[in-house]
Amino acid sequence: MQMLPPLERKNTGWRLFLMTVLGRSYPRVVGMQRERSWMFFDIFMPLLAVSAYVFVYRAIGAPEEYVGFVVMGGAMTAFWMNVLWSMSSQLYWEKEQGNLALYIISPASMVAILLGMAVGGLFATLLRAIAIITLGSLLFNVTYVIASFWQLIAVFSLSMIALYGLGMMSASIFLLLSREAWHIANLAMEPVYLASGMYFPVKNLGFWAAAAASIIPLTLGLDAMRQLVFETGPTLGFLSVKTAMAILALLSVVYLFTARRLLAYIEKLAVREGRLTENRR
Amino acid sequence: MRRSVNFRSFFTASWLGWQIESNWTDPFLFATYSIVKPLAGAGILVLMYSIITQGQFDSPIFAYLYLGNAFYQYVPAVLSGVSWTIIEDREHYRTLKYIYVAPVNIPFYLFGRGVAKFITGSFGVVLTLAAGVLFLNVPLDWSIVNWPLFFLTMGLGILMLALMGLLLAGVTLMVARHSYFIGDVVASGFFLFTGAIFPLEVLPNFLRPIGYILPITYWLELIRRALVGTVAEAFPTFTMLSNAQLLIILLVSSLVFGLAAIFVFRRCDHQARERGLIDQITNY
Repeated sequence: MQMLPPLERKNTGWRLFLMTVLGRSYPRVVGMQRERSWMFFDIFMPLLAVSAYVFVYRAIGAPEEYVGFVVMGGAMTAFWMNVLWSMSSQLYWEKEQGNLALYIISPASMVAILLGMAVGGLFATLLRAIAIITLGSLLFNVTYVIASFWQLIAVFSLSMIALYGLGMMSASIFLLLSREAWHIANLAMEPVYLASGMYFPVKNLGFWAAAAASIIPLTLGLDAMRQLVFETGPTLGFLSVKTAMAILALLSVVYLFTARRLLAYIEKLAVREGRLTENRR
Repeated sequence: MRRSVNFRSFFTASWLGWQIESNWTDPFLFATYSIVKPLAGAGILVLMYSIITQGQFDSPIFAYLYLGNAFYQYVPAVLSGVSWTIIEDREHYRTLKYIYVAPVNIPFYLFGRGVAKFITGSFGVVLTLAAGVLFLNVPLDWSIVNWPLFFLTMGLGILMLALMGLLLAGVTLMVARHSYFIGDVVASGFFLFTGAIFPLEVLPNFLRPIGYILPITYWLELIRRALVGTVAEAFPTFTMLSNAQLLIILLVSSLVFGLAAIFVFRRCDHQARERGLIDQITNY
């Protein structure tokens, strides 16, 4: 006797993959927008932080394009925060809440789940970044001179692919962590803002320091975007836009490939060592 | 009996807070964490300044922003240290209701939990000052520091910040989403309005009154005057006010904010008990 009705239709293969991606991105695309307080906490408050650095530049008599650098850098910090807290630390949060074991048990691929998180997070953060740039530009009279719109789109897209690939990679590593995950994510904020040149042209760090910082995709992405949208941008750039794009494309491939391999390895390790459901607070 | 409950709550919570803050890793990584974060934060400002002024670290504006930034680290540390305890105990450790039913004075417990963040914040401040004096010519001459003014200002300021943290803790009791932002977000807002890294004259006229209302503005000004009197005098914001006048303004404004904090916390605490929010779990 059948206990349950037979499955008439089930998704497998790429359909299951796509369904998982859409399902995991749904809370971030739709759910997060339902709570209206995001307008205050995710736009207004970061704008205050950006404003502080703008006024520092004005207090020391910086050229006006540096104000634009700060506004752009401030908007891009939203992506880094999203990668840190909603990607890298996410599997740790899922473990704490008990969802991780359910993900493993389900037929959905962990890669699809992480990709869904990335897609949803990128969309939600993009809204916030656009709002910060728009409001910041209006408040501080920032003017833009776009050298090439398509190159700008390409640089931004490659930066995001590489950045979220890095996020997926680190999500795998964070799976093995416990309470230290929160502290390590917290530690990776100001040093990355410094190394990536969020608020100043990164070439002022010196060639080798800027080169080392380029493993964070935002470094080259932000540098290239500044060269494309500000009149004096090319004189303050670290590498040419084309070189930056090539490196970002390489980073995208490396991070995504490594994320896939690392996730499989870490998942096996976590299952073997019983870390999927531990709660070592 | 009442006094011993308060002190016991405070000191036990201080010990507990320190254990939580420090035992998540080995001492080396903890030390690295405590060193790298504050220095990176200061490094951003130093680099921004250095790029524009070609490294003129002898200018009074550099000492102004460097010292302001260094001591401002106490603001998010203490605000978050006190208010974040609600999130930790309610959501992560799920012990808040047990704390409430224990013979503990809750405000003193919260203050005690903030002590650990104050200590780690102090590491950051000391390191930032040391880096400034050793490498960036910050004009800190220990022989001319006004130590009584410094310690009095610090004591008042930390108490003021702790009371503000109590206010935020009360608000945190009542909210679920975004409550983890509250301490840091409020600190970010104050960063803009309190003259921490630029004189208030740089702000548009209509925004300056916000800075004049906040006690943190006067606290930072007094810290600068205590440490490097000549630097503070180079900026016109408070030149018409003496140290004593600034201290009185700090005291009065702290008192006002403190009373507001106690009132808000008691009200929020009462509401949270009435609505059964003490042991709610929101998966934060």
